[in-house]
Amino acid sequence: MTPSPIQAAAPAHAGAASGPRGRIIAVTSGKGGVGKTFLAANLAAALTARGERVLVLDADLGLANLDVILNLEPKLTLHDVFTGRCTLEEAMLPAPGGFTVLLAGSGLVEYSRLTQEVRVQLEDIVAKVAPRFDRILLDTGAGISDVVLYAVSLADEVLVLATPEPTSMTDAYATIKVLATQQQRRRIRLVVNQVSQAGEGRAIRNQLQLVVDRFVVPKIEALDEPLKLDLLGEIPTDAGVRETVQKRRLLLETMPGAPAALALVGVAQRLAA
Amino acid sequence: MPAPTDQPPAGSSALRLGTALLLLQQAGHVWPAGVQPGSIAWLQSAIDGLCELSSRDALTGLSNRRQFELALASEIDRVARTGEPALVLMVDIDHFKRINDDHGHPAGDLVLKAVAKVLHDCIRPMDTVARFGGEEFAMILPNCPPLFGQAVAERVRLKVQGTSVTIAPGQQVSVTVSLGGAYAPQWVRSSPTLWVERADQQLYRAKQEGRNVASLEQPPSSLVSPEEKGLLFGTSQFQEFL
Repeated sequence: MTPSPIQAAAPAHAGAASGPRGRIIAVTSGKGGVGKTFLAANLAAALTARGERVLVLDADLGLANLDVILNLEPKLTLHDVFTGRCTLEEAMLPAPGGFTVLLAGSGLVEYSRLTQEVRVQLEDIVAKVAPRFDRILLDTGAGISDVVLYAVSLADEVLVLATPEPTSMTDAYATIKVLATQQQRRRIRLVVNQVSQAGEGRAIRNQLQLVVDRFVVPKIEALDEPLKLDLLGEIPTDAGVRETVQKRRLLLETMPGAPAALALVGVAQRLAA
Repeated sequence: MPAPTDQPPAGSSALRLGTALLLLQQAGHVWPAGVQPGSIAWLQSAIDGLCELSSRDALTGLSNRRQFELALASEIDRVARTGEPALVLMVDIDHFKRINDDHGHPAGDLVLKAVAKVLHDCIRPMDTVARFGGEEFAMILPNCPPLFGQAVAERVRLKVQGTSVTIAPGQQVSVTVSLGGAYAPQWVRSSPTLWVERADQQLYRAKQEGRNVASLEQPPSSLVSPEEKGLLFGTSQFQEFL
């Protein structure tokens, strides 16, 4: 009998062999439309500016839009790698901002469900690219689907993105709960996007931590270390963000002085620390 | 498209319908009154009858495996969209082989039919109950909150336990069932196979625990309770009462 995806999602990287390899960070949110792909792309640019070799892997296999954000028209995607139409090498594309992307290509409905094949292929690709970069950002899909959970399970760290909207906070909380109880995550990084006043991100982090301590911690049988939400930063609501997203450009390139861009640099700094 | 008429469609006489008509007759197909053999309406009725036949299990009259898989795939998509809780129950007759061995296969068939009837009587019209294979049945219960799931499973278990099956004049047997249940992942995009796998794991557990047991997977922990929401947004009504 095959284990359930959730059980199988116990960190697949644990004990993985040897050799220096990049740190894998999954970017996830629960709710869609909170700026996950925007964050992944601009965080990648900020990390690249710090001198890191960065890959963004579009793990939103069903509904990818990294190509849209970066204004890339991919001729080759993960789909071509999966089907043997091109090599992994050929599908790794240079992105504006100086980092590398592996695009999923939109509408790959057949990959939106976690089959054994998708599991094996994703794991294989991550293993192959990991030694070649300092950091790999996995841009996951919306929701808490088993593909998302599986992609997250491949990562060393998880970054949960939320906005102050109640639906986003609820979904972020649900995501944190699943990650803590089913993947034994003890440290979860948090970024709060679209913050309207300074300190709102901290307040949301504290509130989430409060609910986690009350409701999630008692569910964990053997709590080896404290379950900690770690605020990487808050990104203010910024008209520049909308403008650059619409123009399909990187905020960090076109408006490096914008408040949101400065906040992203701070997030990169704390992530790298 | 022209309105359907009762005129025989062109070329219908060339169709090879012999086997189909025989199957329909055997299944007791009821033709609509006043329909002209060979007409569009008549063909439609034949097609409907065959579709119905191809979705039923011959022995028990429940949905068959094919129909179950169709219903499961559409239910999982619905759950992904609506977020409603839905339950799959796998139901397996305990020690069924003993019935066959001790009383013969015709007795085994009677037991299967009797259990099928109990299952059918336990469900709502919106639910699906199917013969999954052999002595294993499967049920899909859409919009079934976790609290009710356990109750339904227990009801099925007790009703089967309390049913005696007449296998020969004056000779009765009774059987028990083990049940395993799993809720559809409320999150988007799971797969029917994984859903059934999880229910099967619970069924395995029920068997391990000594049979005549209903074992349901804990509801997915991504559910956020009103209490959790209350604390999250600082509007908890009961805070004041603590």
